[in-house]
Amino acid sequence: MTYSYYPGCTLSTKGKALDACGRSAAAALGVEMRELDEWQCCGAVYPQAEDEIATKLSAVRALNAAKVRGEKLMTLCSACHHVLKRVNDDMRNSEYIRTRANNYLKLDAPYAGETEVVHYLEVLRDDVGFDAVKKAVRNPLKGRKIAAYYGCLLLRPASVLNFDDPENPTILEDLIRALGAEAVVYGQRNECCGGYMAMEKPEFAAKRAEAVLDSAMQEGAEVIVTACPLCMYNLKKHIGDRKVEVKYFTEVLAEALGEGAGA
Amino acid sequence: MSQQHLNAEEIIRISGVDPKKCMKCGKCSATCPAYDEMEYHPHQFVSMVRKGRIEELMASQSVYLCLSCFACIERCPRNVEPAKLIEAVRLAVVRQQGMSHMKPGDVPGKWDPDLPQQAIVTAMRKYNK
Repeated sequence: MTYSYYPGCTLSTKGKALDACGRSAAAALGVEMRELDEWQCCGAVYPQAEDEIATKLSAVRALNAAKVRGEKLMTLCSACHHVLKRVNDDMRNSEYIRTRANNYLKLDAPYAGETEVVHYLEVLRDDVGFDAVKKAVRNPLKGRKIAAYYGCLLLRPASVLNFDDPENPTILEDLIRALGAEAVVYGQRNECCGGYMAMEKPEFAAKRAEAVLDSAMQEGAEVIVTACPLCMYNLKKHIGDRKVEVKYFTEVLAEALGEGAGA
Repeated sequence: MSQQHLNAEEIIRISGVDPKKCMKCGKCSATCPAYDEMEYHPHQFVSMVRKGRIEELMASQSVYLCLSCFACIERCPRNVEPAKLIEAVRLAVVRQQGMSHMKPGDVPGKWDPDLPQQAIVTAMRKYNK
């Protein structure tokens, strides 16, 4: 199984563990991640306005690079996944955006959303299969109570992301169980962590992050796992004296597969 | 046509949202994690754009407080997409000369060594043109 891989800026710097553990776990599962050459920042946020074109171009470049290779484009960071998936949807379905983006980019052949964007978790579920993941576990996480934190960007809007049930997702819990741990389900798992309010109004971000942490702990979580470096930042920043750990899902995956920390 | 009506048309065009689809159930504001922080709430963006009250929205700090979590978009039973309206009103403000809400020079003052690049890029994309 070979995929083009888009790591994104944060995974090359502040979110290295998400990337390194993801790569070592993928290798153990027979998944080859071929990083795109000379990729650019995706823009981190999906521009919602109908008339925003320039802010979508770097995503189109990444999507087209995978098309040229003839591979699916695998993402790992929730934010990059959200941006690439939604811009790809625009390139498929909005003639206004498709025409203007192609006029800007002057690619060898026009891009019209041909690439399939898949998140690492979707590869595990749909291509590898959780049964195969379970068989590859060498170090079952027995007795560990792990709470999945989905946040926003992987799930919504479901009409475009088509990732899982946006109100009752199961993909991360299914992975956690495949790793031998107990999956903790709690109310705030698909509500916002505070996001980029960390920059604009940190006290507001703190309220959101604390709501998520308290909700998970109320249901007995010992570890909270995420796929997003900004969720990681907000949750860790406001953990206070709570007896809970926040990790990337790839960290617990690599641990269960006996791949160590990777980085 | 008054300037206010022209502005409302511009917001509707940029956002791609039809506020007339709203049936005023209030679910967008009920589910909004920024509700307590906002002067005008998601349902009010919908009704005020419909009435052409754009200047009041543009002058409010509420435009900077939407988290873009897409909860209102996902949970609206009429597919109105209030977050897109908030984004369009904010763009109507920050696209004006000298009206960026966050400037590159502001970033060092908000710096934290653990802050991921993603947060900075997101905030600059939201607040700066």
